[in-house]
Amino acid sequence: MLFYILRRFLYTLPIAIGVSLVCFALVHLAPGDPISAILPENASPQLIEEVKTAYGFDKPLPIQYLYWLGNVVSGDLGTSIMTRRAVLSEVIPAVGNTLILAACAVLIGFVVGIGLGTIAGYNSGSILDKAVTAFAITGVSVPHYWLGMVLIVLFSVNLGWLPATGMGSLGSGELPFTLDGLKHIILPAMTLAVIPAGIIARSVRATVSEVRKQDFVQTLYAKGLTSRYVFVHVAKNAAPTVLAIMGLQLAQLLGGSILVETVFAWPGTGFLLNAAIFTRDLPILQGTILVLSIFFVVTNLAVDVLQMMLDPRVKRV
Amino acid sequence: MKRQRFWGILSAVAIATLMPMHAAHAEKILRVATTLADVPLTTGQPSQGGEGARFIGITIYDGLINWDLSKEKEAAKLVPGLAESWTVDLATKTVWTFKLRPNVKFHDGSAFTADAVVWNLDKLLKRESPQFDQAQATQGATYVAPIASYRKIDDMTVEITTKAPDSVLPYLLTQVFMSSPVRWEEMGRDWAKVASKPSGTGPWILDKLVPRERAELVKNPNYWDPKRVPASDRLVLMMMPDPTTRVAALLSGQVDWVEAPPPDTVPRLKQSGMQIVTNVYPHIWPYQLSFTEDSPFKDIRVRKAANLAIDRDGLVSFLGGLAVPAKGQVNEGHPWFGKPTFEIKYDPEEAKRLMAEAGYSQDKPLKVKFLVSTAGSGQMQPLPMNEFVQENLREVGFDVEIEVMEWEALRARRRAGADAPENKGGHGLNNSWGYWDPDIGLLGPAWSVMRPPSGYNWGGYKDAEADKLAAQAKVEFDPEKQNDLLGQLHARMVDQAMWIWVVHDLNPRAMSPKVKGFVQAQSWFQDLTPVHVD
Repeated sequence: MLFYILRRFLYTLPIAIGVSLVCFALVHLAPGDPISAILPENASPQLIEEVKTAYGFDKPLPIQYLYWLGNVVSGDLGTSIMTRRAVLSEVIPAVGNTLILAACAVLIGFVVGIGLGTIAGYNSGSILDKAVTAFAITGVSVPHYWLGMVLIVLFSVNLGWLPATGMGSLGSGELPFTLDGLKHIILPAMTLAVIPAGIIARSVRATVSEVRKQDFVQTLYAKGLTSRYVFVHVAKNAAPTVLAIMGLQLAQLLGGSILVETVFAWPGTGFLLNAAIFTRDLPILQGTILVLSIFFVVTNLAVDVLQMMLDPRVKRV
Repeated sequence: MKRQRFWGILSAVAIATLMPMHAAHAEKILRVATTLADVPLTTGQPSQGGEGARFIGITIYDGLINWDLSKEKEAAKLVPGLAESWTVDLATKTVWTFKLRPNVKFHDGSAFTADAVVWNLDKLLKRESPQFDQAQATQGATYVAPIASYRKIDDMTVEITTKAPDSVLPYLLTQVFMSSPVRWEEMGRDWAKVASKPSGTGPWILDKLVPRERAELVKNPNYWDPKRVPASDRLVLMMMPDPTTRVAALLSGQVDWVEAPPPDTVPRLKQSGMQIVTNVYPHIWPYQLSFTEDSPFKDIRVRKAANLAIDRDGLVSFLGGLAVPAKGQVNEGHPWFGKPTFEIKYDPEEAKRLMAEAGYSQDKPLKVKFLVSTAGSGQMQPLPMNEFVQENLREVGFDVEIEVMEWEALRARRRAGADAPENKGGHGLNNSWGYWDPDIGLLGPAWSVMRPPSGYNWGGYKDAEADKLAAQAKVEFDPEKQNDLLGQLHARMVDQAMWIWVVHDLNPRAMSPKVKGFVQAQSWFQDLTPVHVD
């Protein structure tokens, strides 16, 4: 298994390089210029050249890319064009904030999704099942942006129970273990949790329902096992499939959400990317996407390993 | 005895606990939601244009010359800042002498002197100086562009020489902010470290900087102008680029003030008792026109017709009253408005007549293409507004194609000039414009020598009369006479229908009813020092 993990980990390198290459090319193909956002309206050709040289944009694109890649290998993701801060010092707090939000959303989404999916799977065809399915479809279909605004209007503006935006008085990088911090995280976490909750509920429902139809479940009942013990076996058999889906959802949440983080002014990776896209802040875009792609690959790897541990039948070549 | 001791300790603990709380509650805090996604550069020359200067430039820093932002009924004027007075040598018209204000201290306690001015100009202009900072130099390039040299005469006098006679220099110097050389040394000569603990001479001191989230400023009780010592103890600037989020934050009581609420939220805000503060300011939402060989706007009849075809009152109503119809590049009542003879108004019949004279009608429409952005600084509501204008123009014989692009792409197209290959076939550019100084407002767009990329004349407008007036205004050092010349230039621009002028934004802000003391100046910049929350 160690060899497998090592090999999979090595796979992350070409994936990360591929992602960064695509990102680099896309940003340069887009209209506008990486330095246009910082140049004054009447920048002279001389100033444009000086700035390009200072920021390394005077070299051919492949050379620029190789320079960047070389620095990344030595642990330097570059410097933001807009803020002149080190990219790493921008990305790390943003990743931390997204992780905090994602952890809460995961907690809500997975608990609700697994709970409702299991109930529906055990009551296949009933009104309860239909209600859960309706919830799941709504959850999957509802636009994040819209739901976030609705929750803000309801809980912040009309009821005044929860704050509408930001991370609260603690600010970036602090864990929300204060009442103020928790209050700030509830709405964005709920918004973010709805889609994974819907997807997981549907998957769990389908898997549980499928597993319950298998012969071994009837055998277990016939042997006189109580429902509680049978449930444990059903859960164990359903786990690998559900885990794979949960892994994808987890990775997606860790990647941050541009829309949700912008609506709630939550200073995570989505918020960072949004600002970087509009200001053509190439180093920030490159650095953030690289870190996120590594995250995505590593999360998937972790899920795969977990699946193997739970179900040895899942063989990896 | 034990019981007494117990209560004594408990009281002491309670007092010790409550005292800081009491102190915290006593602090007067003003919380402002900006439209920015990140805190602008804090080291001296702020990034992010007018909003950067508004919230980080004129709060933490001063220029040699400042804006008087205390009046709402007239356009903001220049007033002495860190220089008490300035004169230009009328023989050369290039040598300026600035007498500095005595007894001014930076936030770090060091003295502001002529050495500091020279040091700051080196920071922007002298690449070989150790304090040269590319980031600040880029931001300040426009404002120091005319400067050829500078030197210290004595501790309180500085001389600046321009490359050519340039009467606009005082306007430009409002945006050249003075940072402390001592703080830069303290921070190991590292501008990145200075960013989190900058030191200027301004009425506010940066206390806390959380990138992408907020900047917290505290009042400078020793500010050199006692009338402008802040009424609030703390100013919290929050980064909220999403307009609906800002409005929700205000309605839920998270902030006291929001910049630029969307027009459709204004009724709801008013209903909740919020103040909506507006005023004209040097902003125009126009179409800059192309004068390249193949452009139909070379014909003055077509330009006038386009200006007469737009129902500006209808558009203002559509914008919830948050704009005023334009009568030219600058607003009526502005010192540079002058006396144009061509009245810009809604007169579709006259527009049709002019179009017919030029050979066009609804049956035989004139095809034109406008370049517009989806959003952007000062662009208001670009897509629905462009559709509104498109419909108006269609009714008098135009067939307008709208090419939509992202804001930075539009800026790049503007910087390239109308005759650049990428702009071929584009006859107008919908890029909102400011007129806070004569260069950007009138001289740049109307003077034929000011072509892009270093000038603002995107379309290649060339008019001998405008050129003559622009050249005269550039070297007129008497402010009254200069205003008169600029008025004549503006009248000429309007009479020639140089651009299509649509509306002036009213720069709306929404604030809680508890916010007091704000005077909205006719400026891109605003003074937050008198503002407080009751």
